[in-house]
Amino acid sequence: MCIQRPSCVPHLVSWLNGQRLPREQLPFSDEEIKAAVQASWVHEHPGLIKTSSGWRCMRCGNEDARLFASFPCARCGTDCCYCRKCLMMGRISSCTHLVHVTMPLPSERHEAPLVWDGTLSAAQEDAAMAVKQAVLDRSELLVWAVCGAGKTEILFPAIAAALEKGWRVGLATPRTDVVRELAPRFRQAFPRVPLAVWYGGSEERGRIASLVLSTTHQLLRAYRVFDAMIVDEVDAFPYSAEPMLEYAVSQARKEQSSLIYLTATPSRAWQLDIARGKRQAAVIPARYHGHPLPVPVFEWCGNWRKRLERGRLPENVLAWVLHRLAQGKQAFLFVPHIDELEAVTRLLQRVDPRIVGVHAEAPDRAEHVQEFRDGRVPLLVTTTILERGVTVPNIDVAVLGAEDRIFTESALVQIAGRVGRHAAFPDGDVRFFHHGKTNEMVRARRHILRMNEEAKKRGLLRP
Amino acid sequence: MNCLLCHSPYNPIASWRQLLFLEDLDVLCPRCRGLFKLIDGRLCEMCGRPLEEAKPSLCADCLRWQEDEQWGRVLVKNRSVYIYNDWMKEVVALWKFRGDYVIVEAFRRPFSQAFRRHFGRDWHIVPIPLSPERLYERGFNQAEALARLLPFPCFPWLSRKHSEKQSKKSRRERLETDNPFFLSGHPPINGKRIVLIDDIYTTGITVRHAARVLLEAGAAEVGALTLIRA
Repeated sequence: MCIQRPSCVPHLVSWLNGQRLPREQLPFSDEEIKAAVQASWVHEHPGLIKTSSGWRCMRCGNEDARLFASFPCARCGTDCCYCRKCLMMGRISSCTHLVHVTMPLPSERHEAPLVWDGTLSAAQEDAAMAVKQAVLDRSELLVWAVCGAGKTEILFPAIAAALEKGWRVGLATPRTDVVRELAPRFRQAFPRVPLAVWYGGSEERGRIASLVLSTTHQLLRAYRVFDAMIVDEVDAFPYSAEPMLEYAVSQARKEQSSLIYLTATPSRAWQLDIARGKRQAAVIPARYHGHPLPVPVFEWCGNWRKRLERGRLPENVLAWVLHRLAQGKQAFLFVPHIDELEAVTRLLQRVDPRIVGVHAEAPDRAEHVQEFRDGRVPLLVTTTILERGVTVPNIDVAVLGAEDRIFTESALVQIAGRVGRHAAFPDGDVRFFHHGKTNEMVRARRHILRMNEEAKKRGLLRP
Repeated sequence: MNCLLCHSPYNPIASWRQLLFLEDLDVLCPRCRGLFKLIDGRLCEMCGRPLEEAKPSLCADCLRWQEDEQWGRVLVKNRSVYIYNDWMKEVVALWKFRGDYVIVEAFRRPFSQAFRRHFGRDWHIVPIPLSPERLYERGFNQAEALARLLPFPCFPWLSRKHSEKQSKKSRRERLETDNPFFLSGHPPINGKRIVLIDDIYTTGITVRHAARVLLEAGAAEVGALTLIRA
């Protein structure tokens, strides 16, 4: 019995560390867990709770009735409800219990953790100081930085300050590729600091370290862990409208902690809050290379869907593509949905067989992206912003069907933000082909113009 | 409506048939539905796998089964609904291993149709059981979930003891090792026609092991209806 051998209880505590997990995922016996609960070392609570309108999943925050289902549960012998939203992390049903440690976690101070000899631009420097102050004050701050502003470096001074105090820093982002791409950069900047990288399939997921980089899903493991929480909402299209990230963040950070949001495209509500002074924000309106953002041009292309059905592209769209091919300039062509992607790709392959189409879930996505990067693919038809690493230096971008609902202001700003990222090629063509201009398109354009104006006013653009 | 698998909204097309017979609308969007590949055309008479027109009426696997004196005539036939393509593998992983039970609803109509076409009401439905350990781990038995889709009662006449996961053994090893199935109590099997229900028919060893137990207890004949022919 465990009560006679209390040594096994701290083992459970140190194994669990800052994680909150379903009870059946713990490699400990029922008696051991029971003893730890009785000693108040760990706390246990139901995985699903009943609300006035249905259920709430306590792990992922899901309350959408369509994402719950029930099954005849062999464990509890009743018709058991379960959450379909976070199923990939192991099923949470109404008879599942979540377990977490109640004691404070051990902390570790790091002397002069930052080893980075890069320099920040003036605009980056201002934002970096604001972030550092917010972290030290344990307050909230939004960093609104245009695509290509150089957001990651801005965080370094703030993270260093937190680590010196012995605080734990978590950085969350919706996408696995971003986590994997950021890891080596952080390892280089903080070489002596224990760093854990959490994504589906990584060995380190759930391991608590001074510095944790995590995807949204994996962040759901952490409970009251981080003193400084940074949310890189990223070039998140089409992932931006994800309430789970917000919930995961609220659970993973300590009650007394700072919260830093990084985004290129804050929601309209947030933009209003900033304008009214209700939300603290540091705005970086210029790219690191000091050239203005390329402004989208609208071009009407008629009923392009009908034309596609007849096996033809609108003439001006085809002309745009042919022009890029003739010039030898690489380009992205965004379309709203997979069906259209297939149709458009087929038509364009008649013009140039090297053209490929890639959608968000395509299994061969990475290969095609690599081919594009190597210059073997002149034009990529796609439904989604690809990996962040795909900052191909010199490209043009067009959207076919920019009036579609999927192309929100932020999606369009992100798409336009692919162009002119490199200092050597700071300009390029951004074309929105549409069958009827929408408010979102107008807002996206205005957003970009406003950023350029602000950059000019603050003297951040090159003369 | 939102698709049960991809969660994207779609407009189910209501046909006259559905209005007249009050059939349920499809829970999947046309795209997801279209990725499943139904088995049709010419079949192996025994295991129900699709065959080319020119081939003999039994597939190579089933010819080999027939040569086996001990196991050749244990099963009258197997019929399956779907081919085990990449899409189906993904869906099965989500349904069975991640435990998204409700996905079984996507198979309700095709599975019931296959039951009516190849078997019928004079067959007694017996789902392939899981061992108590596996059942606890998974939370539900996928074969029972399929059996419950059929508009007839199902009978829990079989039990199973725990053995290591089958895929790790060779065919001969699997055949020779002790049969994991046994009768639950003393069910009234004598002279009955029984159809076993399972998710996947791969080598046919599982259903034959189960069929043998039922035949030895007096069943008249035993067939199998499986969702997938791998």
